[in-house]
Amino acid sequence: MSAGLTLNAVSLLYGDGPETVTALDSVDLTVERGEFIAIVGPSGSGKSSLLAVAGALITPTEGTVRVGDRELAGLSARQAGELRRERIGFVFQSGNLVPALTSFDQVRLPLTFGPVPDPRDPRELLAEVGMEHKANRRPHELSGGERQRVGIARALVTRPQLLLVDEPTAALDRQRSQDVVGLLARETHEHGVATVMVTHDHDVLHHCDRVLEMTDGRLAPATARA
Amino acid sequence: MFLALRELSFARGRFALMGLVVALIALLVVLLSGLSVGLVNDGVSGLQRMPVTAFAFQQDVAKDSAFSRSVVELDAVDTWRGQDGVEAAEAFGNTLVNARSDRGVEIDLALFGVQVGSFLDPEVASGARLKNEGEVVISDTAAEEGVAVGDTITLEPAGTSLKVVGVMADQHTFGHVDVGYLPLKTWQEIAAGVRPGDEVPARVYEEITAVAIKAPGDVDLAAGDRAAGTTSMTREESFGASPGYTAETSTLLLIQVFLYVISALVVGAFFTVLTIQRKHELAVVRALGASTGYLLRDSIFQSLVLLVIAAAVGVALGVAAGAALASTPMPFALEAGSIATATLLLVVLGLVGAAVAVLRISRIDPVTALGANR
Repeated sequence: MSAGLTLNAVSLLYGDGPETVTALDSVDLTVERGEFIAIVGPSGSGKSSLLAVAGALITPTEGTVRVGDRELAGLSARQAGELRRERIGFVFQSGNLVPALTSFDQVRLPLTFGPVPDPRDPRELLAEVGMEHKANRRPHELSGGERQRVGIARALVTRPQLLLVDEPTAALDRQRSQDVVGLLARETHEHGVATVMVTHDHDVLHHCDRVLEMTDGRLAPATARA
Repeated sequence: MFLALRELSFARGRFALMGLVVALIALLVVLLSGLSVGLVNDGVSGLQRMPVTAFAFQQDVAKDSAFSRSVVELDAVDTWRGQDGVEAAEAFGNTLVNARSDRGVEIDLALFGVQVGSFLDPEVASGARLKNEGEVVISDTAAEEGVAVGDTITLEPAGTSLKVVGVMADQHTFGHVDVGYLPLKTWQEIAAGVRPGDEVPARVYEEITAVAIKAPGDVDLAAGDRAAGTTSMTREESFGASPGYTAETSTLLLIQVFLYVISALVVGAFFTVLTIQRKHELAVVRALGASTGYLLRDSIFQSLVLLVIAAAVGVALGVAAGAALASTPMPFALEAGSIATATLLLVVLGLVGAAVAVLRISRIDPVTALGANR
């Protein structure tokens, strides 16, 4: 297996002088392709900062970040956008779908941004996440779990090497949470994606290959598993 | 343009409202443009249809009332004829009169006195051209008022009689009054207030309003003015000397300019609010890898579609309303050129407003897509 995401001594500081906040403190992390890891930890511990740094949304203060074989240092906003389009998928809280688009168009959307080397077929992908029967519905006509499934299909359509998942079950009940995270695990393993999921939900951690805990910007193996 | 069109059809209610506002502004712009053209026609079509390059008025005459105040000696015509580049120069007289036809039609006329057979002597669509003193050729619009070839009109209060011998094609009006062309000597007697049967002082025949100059190429008007002791204006400059012309056109122009500005501001405000509402959605789309350029192009395209459709609807309504107005006595005339210019301005300024509004897309940080949502 090859690494989908590599973080080497990554630190992220906000502000300067005595007001400095350390969001990430020398974080080392390697996620292999086909590996599904979860990051747990209290609010404000730096979980979202980790996703932002790994997703080329924020440049870290120190350290190196690689997505596949590509180092993220020194990318312009435009290059970072291209990299996200080609190599990174995002799954957000409650899907964050575009209100005007049908499920099918949501999945096609990332393919309209520019050339993608090896896209998946949006129709097939929608069937794979179990949403082909609602291909022509808009987000307001879908349940929370359905929105999240469409969001997952949207993240996978570009065949990303790295999938970053932000609190996918925040708005879901217990059964739907299990379904959605199970789907993420299956896609991760079947398509060789390196998946990093940030979550509060300890009930879904058994789907993950590894669980890490974030405390005050430091990353360590989780002490207790649910 | 993937997002733009789907967004338009999804939020069609609010886009339709915005489009309605733009359409109503376009309708107003078309009506004002028609009114402008109509007023210009009413004010100066008599001058526009003259084959004249410039008029030489009395020296230092007040520019805004030159046609009614100017008095030029007849000799000036010969001086102007001798100028380089001048193909022809002729005497021109102008007076406004009240008249009544022998069939009881009351009519105001702008009398244009010209030498019979000169380049100013107008062609007629019906009847005959000017030949003898005491004859008059009238505008098509005067014929519509009920004056016909063969009628005799009597000027008030002097009582001078003129025989209508011909009617010109098209509208010839000056200061909202129908034009009547008549031989120069008859005009000079009327302008001097000579009553029928009075003895005419010789100097009456020495005075005219202006020298009408025809010069196909470049001509040094200043040199002619120095030689003849006149103040000349090109034909277009002389429009401003027509009664009420400047006041009317500048008022309408001001209203139109305000409409363009209002339209740009309204469209800008709409897209500002829309962009702010879509802020989170746009951050998500940028996090997914859309470039700023992609989103800007998409939004500008969206505003272009909105503006073009709305302007087309407004112009169509305006043209329909204009057709209804054209049959009324209101001075109104639709002109494809000025409507096209006005519509283009409306769309372009609307686009500028929208562009300024959607530029804020470039300041949206994709990081805000993470974490707590809407």
